[in-house]
Amino acid sequence: MANEPIIEADGLTKRFTVKKKTVEAVTDLTFQVQRGALVAFLGPNGAGKSTSLRMLTTLIPPTSGTARVVGFDILRHPADVRARIGYVGQLTSGSFAQRTRDELLSQGAFYGLSRAESTRRADELIESLDLAPFATRSVQQLSGGQKRRLDIALGLMHAPPLLFLDEPSTGLDPQSRANLWQHILDLRATYGTTVFLTTHYLEEADRYAERVMVMDKGRVIADDTAAQLKANLAGDLLTFGFADETDAASAVSVIEGLTDREVRREGASVTLTAPHGDALLPTAVRALDAAGLSVRTATGVPPTLDDVFLALTGRTLREAGEGEPAEDEETDAAASAEDSQEKTTTGANR
Amino acid sequence: MTTMQTTPRPDTVVRANPARDTWNVLTRELKPVVRDPFSLIFSLVQPLVFLGLFGPLLIGQSGAPVGETLQWFVPGVLVMIVLFGTGATGSNLQYEMMTGSHERTLVAPLSRSSLLIGRALKEIAPIVVQALIIVLIAWPFGFTINLAGLVAGLALLAVFGVGLGALSYTLALKTKDREWLFWGVQQTLIFPLLILSGMLLPLDDGPAWMQAIATVNPVNWVVQAERALFAGDLGAVEVLWGWVAAVVLAVLGLWVGVRAMRKSN
Repeated sequence: MANEPIIEADGLTKRFTVKKKTVEAVTDLTFQVQRGALVAFLGPNGAGKSTSLRMLTTLIPPTSGTARVVGFDILRHPADVRARIGYVGQLTSGSFAQRTRDELLSQGAFYGLSRAESTRRADELIESLDLAPFATRSVQQLSGGQKRRLDIALGLMHAPPLLFLDEPSTGLDPQSRANLWQHILDLRATYGTTVFLTTHYLEEADRYAERVMVMDKGRVIADDTAAQLKANLAGDLLTFGFADETDAASAVSVIEGLTDREVRREGASVTLTAPHGDALLPTAVRALDAAGLSVRTATGVPPTLDDVFLALTGRTLREAGEGEPAEDEETDAAASAEDSQEKTTTGANR
Repeated sequence: MTTMQTTPRPDTVVRANPARDTWNVLTRELKPVVRDPFSLIFSLVQPLVFLGLFGPLLIGQSGAPVGETLQWFVPGVLVMIVLFGTGATGSNLQYEMMTGSHERTLVAPLSRSSLLIGRALKEIAPIVVQALIIVLIAWPFGFTINLAGLVAGLALLAVFGVGLGALSYTLALKTKDREWLFWGVQQTLIFPLLILSGMLLPLDDGPAWMQAIATVNPVNWVVQAERALFAGDLGAVEVLWGWVAAVVLAVLGLWVGVRAMRKSN
């Protein structure tokens, strides 16, 4: 049991039909997540991240494929899955008409906590997520950051072993975002919760996730630690500056002897992108020195996950996010298509 | 790994239990009402306007004594509370679908039926409180209260309200993210139902086709039953038909509502 993965997705696929057009939002998603991990789905809007999360949390059934979450099949035992996971959606979990503390207590009751347990837990989370000054305010009155902290608190009321977070920091200012992350990391350290999140902020995935699954057009196109992804797929950008163009031209052939990467010259400087550039940089400087070429400047810029995404797809994350329908628009359009069939009957009944 | 203080408790995790879940959904829905009871008074403005501004016209036109006119008119106003208040309650759910908290409850281990039934049952509280306020306001003006009739009348109103509330929630679930459609359907239906119930003016003087439609309008039956009950005529045949209409509406409303909730995502 302890060694069993907490998430096992097997060929999860979701197709929506919108206006007679079939859109495959998620294609053949297969992966495992071990207990205690902090995993991120990184990808542009419309990549299928939220749809994947909605399948894993039993909100929508997959078109094909299946998954076991916390040891239970999402299709055959959705209730067992729900009882054991926490979910923080893209929107606000608390009802705007309710008070902060009331929502936490209702949530406790929903998950079968006793009144005493619920009260203790709610007060503990109010304390640890800095919600005390707003405990008796209505959710509507909270700021964006406060709402988000309440969302996290609601997701943690029943101390789930697995917490899903859909775009937890979207719409927050950088300070609130850093603050929220500190809370997530603290809570994880305290409770050992497995955290599975989606994000389109590459800095966020880079900095916090131990494992990044890059998603594009409904598929996972890379899956590794951020450091490995960057080392294997992108490489550092190295730039050497020389006294004149002649030196730079000679330098190109020296550096080409050290790496199989393409070396470019522009004026009096030479650039290349290479994996493990931090090690190549001093080697190159010594070799250039030995060849009698005086290196004036040398810089190495480590890659970002955006470079990884660019290397994988030929587009940057920002470009990829534009011009494609937002993910929830797709889902909602599909849901509306299903709904419209029965609208007339409802009207008649009223 | 870190300290696993909260390993899952496989034997103690909650299992869906429709009765307990319904109770939990109901008590959650009641919290904003308890926290801010003034909201109930505020939503009484509309029936009070009808009572205060339409009532005198009725009295003037009928030429009957004030008490007698109120005895006819007030039961209709009580049904109006349900029609306008409870009939619009789906917008609360629609707002929660839009802002995200409905999704949260769908991921919670709650039976789907409880999410609908708990909400529909909650409607009883504002209906009873508001109806009592209206009755107490009309009392000094000559409206007579028969205690048994009042209790039975409120019970009938509650059942009717659960049915109409469930239908309003159903409409909200079916018009996800299209608020305009919810209000469009709601407003389109509410006025014909209102006028064809004989709530404001007797239908006796209307054309035959109106009377024919009114006979299949459950709101009409409930209004007539309420009039009989508040007159103390508990054994009237109208009372029986009112109960039939309310119970059928409640069963139908809860049934389509639970079905719609099961499809919600």
